[in-house]
Amino acid sequence: MARPAKFPLALVVRTVAAWAVTLLLFFPLGWLMLTAFKTEMQAIHVPPQFIFTPTLENFREVQVRSDYLLYAKNSVITSVLSTLLGLLLAAPAAYSMAFFRSKRTRDILMWMLSTKMMPAVGALVPIYVLAQQASLLDTQLALIIVFTLSNLPIMVWMLYSHFKDIPPEILEAARMDGATLWQEARLVLLPLGMGGLASTGLLCLVLSWNEAFWSLNLSSAKAGTLATLIASYSSPEGLFWAKLSAASLLAIAPIVVFGWFSQKQLVQGLTFGAVK
Amino acid sequence: MAYLELQGIHKHFGTVHTIRGIDLKIQQGEFVVFVGPSGCGKSTLLRLIAGLEVITDGSLTLDGRDITDAPSSKRDLAMVFQSYALYPHMSVYDNMSFALRLAKADPAVIREKVERAAKILNLTPYLQRTPKELSGGQRQRVAIGRAIVRSPKVFLFDEPLSNLDAALRGQTRVEIARLHRELGATTIYVTHDQVEAMTLADRVVVLRDGVIEQVGTPLELYDRPANQFVAQFIGTPQMNVVAAAQVPQLEDVCGLPVPAGGYVGLRPENLTLTAVGQGQFSGKVELVEALGAETLVYVSTEGGAQLVARQSTRTSLQAGHTVGVAVDADAAHLFDAQGRVTRTGASAALAGAA
Repeated sequence: MARPAKFPLALVVRTVAAWAVTLLLFFPLGWLMLTAFKTEMQAIHVPPQFIFTPTLENFREVQVRSDYLLYAKNSVITSVLSTLLGLLLAAPAAYSMAFFRSKRTRDILMWMLSTKMMPAVGALVPIYVLAQQASLLDTQLALIIVFTLSNLPIMVWMLYSHFKDIPPEILEAARMDGATLWQEARLVLLPLGMGGLASTGLLCLVLSWNEAFWSLNLSSAKAGTLATLIASYSSPEGLFWAKLSAASLLAIAPIVVFGWFSQKQLVQGLTFGAVK
Repeated sequence: MAYLELQGIHKHFGTVHTIRGIDLKIQQGEFVVFVGPSGCGKSTLLRLIAGLEVITDGSLTLDGRDITDAPSSKRDLAMVFQSYALYPHMSVYDNMSFALRLAKADPAVIREKVERAAKILNLTPYLQRTPKELSGGQRQRVAIGRAIVRSPKVFLFDEPLSNLDAALRGQTRVEIARLHRELGATTIYVTHDQVEAMTLADRVVVLRDGVIEQVGTPLELYDRPANQFVAQFIGTPQMNVVAAAQVPQLEDVCGLPVPAGGYVGLRPENLTLTAVGQGQFSGKVELVEALGAETLVYVSTEGGAQLVARQSTRTSLQAGHTVGVAVDADAAHLFDAQGRVTRTGASAALAGAA
């Protein structure tokens, strides 16, 4: 009688497939990282070079030609503030929907999510005109407002599913114990909903950081985020692959590092409710 | 004047009319139990008193103050939930002191009150634990402790024992009765278990479909039910209620004045099984439940009526045997076709006292 194989076929296939998919997903990022340390000549060399003397020239040039720190600062300010503002608005909405359900709650949630189904460009003209009328073009405020609004449906939805898992009697018990609405929120709901708030906040931080469409259209030199910095390296004088890669690496590095440290919360937040 | 008074309380959930006009006066220190089948509105009524649901119509007065529209936090009531609803992120000590801390009580006073409550409830060794490190019974005691440290005007219990196993349920029931005796606090207790209602209550409120069927002491309800529903709801096994037409001997032989289309109610202990030929009528044994201290015998009559007889002696009867049934006609309750009582039976206790 044959012993069971040490590496069953299914396991081998799955492992190979997992590695293949991982490499496929990682390849563009890996290539970007390599290119960022090449000279422009090496970057367009055929066949591609994997072994070369790395240079930091591209990074220096990016900082000299365009003010990296200004864009980075804009990215940090707009994504952090839009996330905080979003949480401030989404948490009460999710609270009322999770704990004071009505017949329409489901419909309202679906309606909120449906706004994400329209392509953003469909709202470009009205929003651009609104921003212009309010003299908010190329300001951080405009980006903060637009980022908040575009993330709000997801934030409400995520917080709603987290809050729904908190037994309502616990909040009722707090009310019976004499807690005002604010005390109930601060002393009971906040600690119990911390996981949900954290993962929702993290996700929206990442989404705002990576947002390109609105930052390209509503901002330029003053309020531009790192997404606009990358874009500025792609057009006028033709493509400079090495510098473009360096700019991209600089733009994504903070959020990749951040995401690496918070991946547990992020995954928990995204799969919450799905696996329970 | 009543301590807690409900006047014409109504509750609508959308188009559903769950509570349909409740008038009730509760005296200070009283232990009142709301009992009824599921869906009768007893928990809703408790939540209306607690302020967790909004009263659609009517008024609620506590200690002379109208609290109909007051928020829960301002009513000075404490509630023990079926699911315990402990704060999972706080220690037992913090759970129990939460209300006092919110009320900005002196820390020394808080410590003293929590420690005293913990001592009463045997929770002293667990004060620093979190709820998830406790057993179900301990969690229930923390929930009760959280209520008693506040010395509220009224304690509200919402089916507090239904998540406990049978042994613990009996034990906790005794403990709640003892606590009430010691603290003398006004208590409203909701349960679907009529044994809990009978053993704990000073007065029982029987609810059905959002209206009060009857209010009275446990034995009043047992001895003098106002209608067929209460008669059958209170007491285990439940009262035998048979259509008079099914057992004509009740009218013919016992001479009971049953209203037209009416019913006769007989407690299981008011039926005696005899040899065939004795007793007012005969029946066939369907099932014998020997419980040790007592024996329940299920009998079906020729007319198809099902009856239960309870006796405190053991029996050699078996399913299939034919027996005579002797009825204590004085103890029979009579109901009209609508189930309203027309004659209350003389209970054994009352007869004995006379």
